Amino acid sequence: MSTLSEPPKESFRLSMLIYDTRYRSLTIQTVAMILLVLMISWLVSNTVQNLENLGKDFDFGFLGQRAGYDINQRLVEYTSQSTHARAALVGILNTILVAFLGCALATILGVIAGVLRLSKNWLVSRLMAVYVEGFRNVPLLLWIIAIFALMTESTPMPRDFREGGDASMLFGSIAISNRGVYVPAPVWGEGASLLIGVFVISLIAIWAFRRYAHRRQEATGDILPVFRVSLALFFIPVLLTYFAIAFANGRTEQAILATGGEAGLTLTEYAESQESLNVCLIPGTTTALNLEKTLRGADVRYNAVPFNDEGQALEGFQVGDCNVLSVPATQSDPIIAEAEGGFAPVPLVETIRRGNALEFEQPYLGGFNFDGGIHLRNSLIALWLALSLYTGAFIAEIVRGGILSVSKGQTEAAYALGLRPNRTMNLVILPQAMRVIIPPLISQYLNLTKNSSLAIAVGYMDVRSTLGGITINQTGRELEGMLLLGLFYLVLSLLISGAMNFYNSRVKLKER
Amino acid sequence: MSDTHAQTVRFVRESMLPEQEPPLAESGVLKWVRENLFSGWLNILLTVLSLAFIWFVLSHLLPWFLNSVWSAGSLSECREIRDEVFGPDASSACFAVITDRWHQLVFGFYPPEFYWRPIVALLLFLAAMAPVLFAGIPRKALWFSAAAPFLIYFVLWGGTIWGPLAVALGFVVGYATFVGLSRFNALLATLGAIVVPILYWLFVAGPLAGALASVLPIGLTFVPSDDFGGFQLSFIIGMAGILLSLPLGILLALGRQSNLFIINKTSVAFIEIIRGVPLIVWLFTASLLLNYFLPPGTNFDLMLRVIIMVTLFASAYIAEVVRGGLAALPKGQYEAADALGLDYWRSMRLIILPQALKISIPGIVNTFIGLFKDTTLVVFIGLLDPIGLSNAIRASTEWNGIYWELFVFIGLMFFICCFSMSRYSIYLENKLQREHR
Repeated sequence: MSTLSEPPKESFRLSMLIYDTRYRSLTIQTVAMILLVLMISWLVSNTVQNLENLGKDFDFGFLGQRAGYDINQRLVEYTSQSTHARAALVGILNTILVAFLGCALATILGVIAGVLRLSKNWLVSRLMAVYVEGFRNVPLLLWIIAIFALMTESTPMPRDFREGGDASMLFGSIAISNRGVYVPAPVWGEGASLLIGVFVISLIAIWAFRRYAHRRQEATGDILPVFRVSLALFFIPVLLTYFAIAFANGRTEQAILATGGEAGLTLTEYAESQESLNVCLIPGTTTALNLEKTLRGADVRYNAVPFNDEGQALEGFQVGDCNVLSVPATQSDPIIAEAEGGFAPVPLVETIRRGNALEFEQPYLGGFNFDGGIHLRNSLIALWLALSLYTGAFIAEIVRGGILSVSKGQTEAAYALGLRPNRTMNLVILPQAMRVIIPPLISQYLNLTKNSSLAIAVGYMDVRSTLGGITINQTGRELEGMLLLGLFYLVLSLLISGAMNFYNSRVKLKER
Repeated sequence: MSDTHAQTVRFVRESMLPEQEPPLAESGVLKWVRENLFSGWLNILLTVLSLAFIWFVLSHLLPWFLNSVWSAGSLSECREIRDEVFGPDASSACFAVITDRWHQLVFGFYPPEFYWRPIVALLLFLAAMAPVLFAGIPRKALWFSAAAPFLIYFVLWGGTIWGPLAVALGFVVGYATFVGLSRFNALLATLGAIVVPILYWLFVAGPLAGALASVLPIGLTFVPSDDFGGFQLSFIIGMAGILLSLPLGILLALGRQSNLFIINKTSVAFIEIIRGVPLIVWLFTASLLLNYFLPPGTNFDLMLRVIIMVTLFASAYIAEVVRGGLAALPKGQYEAADALGLDYWRSMRLIILPQALKISIPGIVNTFIGLFKDTTLVVFIGLLDPIGLSNAIRASTEWNGIYWELFVFIGLMFFICCFSMSRYSIYLENKLQREHR
């Protein structure tokens, strides 16, 4: 005799939608879905209605129109004739620039402050506590405008840098003035490509060596002096190449040629004898840099006539576009030899250096302001410093927490194994602390990037000021502009967190 | 073997020597200084560098502070006083700007004859917060905390008292519905408790308040939101954001942990979108775009819009913090709650949330500190917070060109608020620590 084991099949009743847990979740989700759809359609219909009432449409065509405003800091070519899309791109690059600089400096400051706050030195740890608490508990906006005020109100004016003024340049080459900070600009000379090539190769060599050292340590236990070798690989090949190039052609002197004068004149005498001094130059070369330096040194007025390469400059010199030129002797000697008629170039007393593979253009005072070098505006400096100092205080706490999270037993165990203190730090403490430090560090980087939108306080032209500011005001496209702006920040945040999460997944503890 | 010792050692001292003072370098201040400041070459270097830094800062700041002028009508007057008293080249702070304009920095353009109202509101707020913050106060006082928001609104904005009362009545109506219906069905009661008050607020509250006001006109002079400013504004926005964002954030965190697909994905999308975009963009959205999303013709207060935006913004951050706390709980706690036969809301309310919130206290307070500091951003959409007022003061002819005194004052006020909040979180953390007593 067999018994029936299956329970009688229950038929579905409507009340089971509420009382039966199997169906209730479906009911709740359906209701939630309906409410969500209703709300979104309500918002969309309101928006459509409002746009219609205002006589506007939803169109991104404005991005192709002429922007018509200037941007004072641009990393790519931009004029007021460019499009709104181009302006947005300039803003995006400016945002990324300040975010990148800020993250780098904040990490350095944060790690130093976090480690020093744990120092046994009472004075130093107190000082760092004051720094951390001071920056964490005061709004970032206040710090930004305070540092901006410091930069514009308390720094010397450019005219104070003149002789007799009470300001002087740092190391003779960095000028901190109320118009901004001027730093030397690198100028690539002959052999620069070789130099960069060597640098890239040495970077690859460092990477390969570290990999090899790591493998070897895993296999045999021997530890190679990775840090010292990396340091040597980083500096020595590049420096050797630099000096080799400098020795080969950097020291070569070349004559300054001039037309319409007698041989044996100095620059000053020649300038006095002529109505005006027109100088053929190839901008962005070390020759031009040295020639202009010599001209400024002789204190003569001149007009620069720019050319693209040495051949064109020579032609210009021959047809009389300019009366002063400096090219290597190999090119100028045949010209002097073949010169005839009214065209009679003669070398002046002064000579200039041909230039090394890498030279620096120093900022100098010209007119009412500094010329040459790289101009870092006060807005950039203030935003950068404030963001880094503020975020650095948060990172310091993260670093401190990370180091404290590694129990003392780990250090003692490492000492018991006979590891030295620095090796204990590198092999035992830091790898464990990093796992605690990295995730909150990612969110600090994200915060810094989003906080860079406070650029509005100092007039730094980031993406919020271009796309989300002037463009919206000029075109009246709030909806589209804000949408794009929000989308940009969202994508940037997701990219940063994605990249850092990838890194995090590589360093985190591999569990079963 | 008692003679072992006697054969190995010739002489054993029988009495102790009197204790000697430790050497001079091993005790007292000298020891402390040597161990804490000069224990190695690196430490010596650090000490010297810090001393140099401190000297540099103090040598610039101390004279500035000590020579400060506290009463003058304008910056030029300040300079005259300085020239007379300290000499023309002395560095001297002009805190007279604070004594002259402190009421603006604190109250904005609130009518001076009503300054007692924000002060009363602050006292009400502190009294309402006390039972929440400190366990020593009788629990009955929490009823006052529940009523305080309506009282504070009435005291600050004024107008008829029936408006806030009618709104508050909505909660009573909701509770009554819940109690009445829960005899029949729990789900029905929950739905009723949500729907009935909303209908009441939409259709009954306004006319009711109007009718009561015309019958019994009790009230204070109405002060429009445009007159609010200074720290008062920062406080109102910050505190409203804090109070409203906590429940919303907890709901979002529960939504994100939920295994109902649609609710989970909606919460994730909301949290990620809010967190991925800077607050300043949301504030501009509030001031430029909110009107597009609402029915045509709607136009409401900018301050209210800002409070809504700040609340939504902070709630996404709170949700992430609370989610961390929920994830940190051992799975056994959830299973134990289920095993006891508790339904979802009871298990959350009685078992999960008390523990999860305790873990997340430091994060929640940090979010609140961040929110309070972020209230300064409202200056960009035209509200006059302390920084906006400092610009306004600097634009006046009397105080043109004054920077540091205002910054120091504003920074100090924020520092006091935020620092005490962070100290409170440490106190709470220690108090709630049950494991290592």
